[in-house]
Amino acid sequence: MVDRANILFSEYDLNKQLTMAMVGVMIIREEFSMRQLSRRDALALGVSGAALTLIGLDERASAAAKEAADQIAKFTGGKTATDGKISIELPEIAENGNTVPLSVSVDAPMAADNYVSEILVVAEGNPNPGVATFHFSPMSAKAEASTRIRLATTQNIIAVAKTSKGEFFTGQKLVKVTIGGCGG
Amino acid sequence: MAEKPRLKLPKEAKKGDVIEIKTLLAHIMESGQRKDKDGKTIPRKIINKFACEFNGKPVFAVDLEPAIAANPYMQFHAKVEESGTFKFTWTDEDGTVTTAEESITVS
Repeated sequence: MVDRANILFSEYDLNKQLTMAMVGVMIIREEFSMRQLSRRDALALGVSGAALTLIGLDERASAAAKEAADQIAKFTGGKTATDGKISIELPEIAENGNTVPLSVSVDAPMAADNYVSEILVVAEGNPNPGVATFHFSPMSAKAEASTRIRLATTQNIIAVAKTSKGEFFTGQKLVKVTIGGCGG
Repeated sequence: MAEKPRLKLPKEAKKGDVIEIKTLLAHIMESGQRKDKDGKTIPRKIINKFACEFNGKPVFAVDLEPAIAANPYMQFHAKVEESGTFKFTWTDEDGTVTTAEESITVS
């Protein structure tokens, strides 16, 4: 059975957990097809069902993180962002995910020829990771903005700043969320 | 839009001052993730753009997503060199536009 799993895993490049679960379900299906389910069998089916659901959730979480990464890549045009210069203010623990105060600021000049032009904020764990894109001008004087956001669950918030010279800076902060704010 | 947006910024400043501007608009910012009691998804309705101009020149703007909390609050700064008027614009995804203005005297 493990060989079967390994073949599936290597040939089809599936997530290892998912592969194992698939094999588990195949085995169970073979055993159960022709006879009535005993209580033990029903329990085993239930557990594998639950495992698959959990894996489904895991897939969703990593899908959101991937979308967040895609949005960042689109913002930077594929360029690497340097860590630093951005500070993200968020509570350590957000009691109400429906409204969480957020501040982003970049320690950088705002001169006419060199200023922070945009800051992108993404929430890796939200169903839609995009949060906001702030646009600044030299008249902004400070590359700083505050607002309130919704967070579905405990997650990393990532900010990426773009300067008028085409440089990128990034920072992130982990926020623990007790009650999620996406109506789920 | 029914309610007037709330603005907070100084009425006067000295030339070269950096002032703080706070804005608040009453808006449901329905994310499109919620379901009503019958299980139907409540349709998305959000402000997706906020812009601030001073004497016609852009100062600050935001592209908002459903993750911005209801009654969107925005706080930012502006450096004032002359007297004039700040104009604030909120655009709903459905095209509805809400605007507000506030003048400042700069000496």
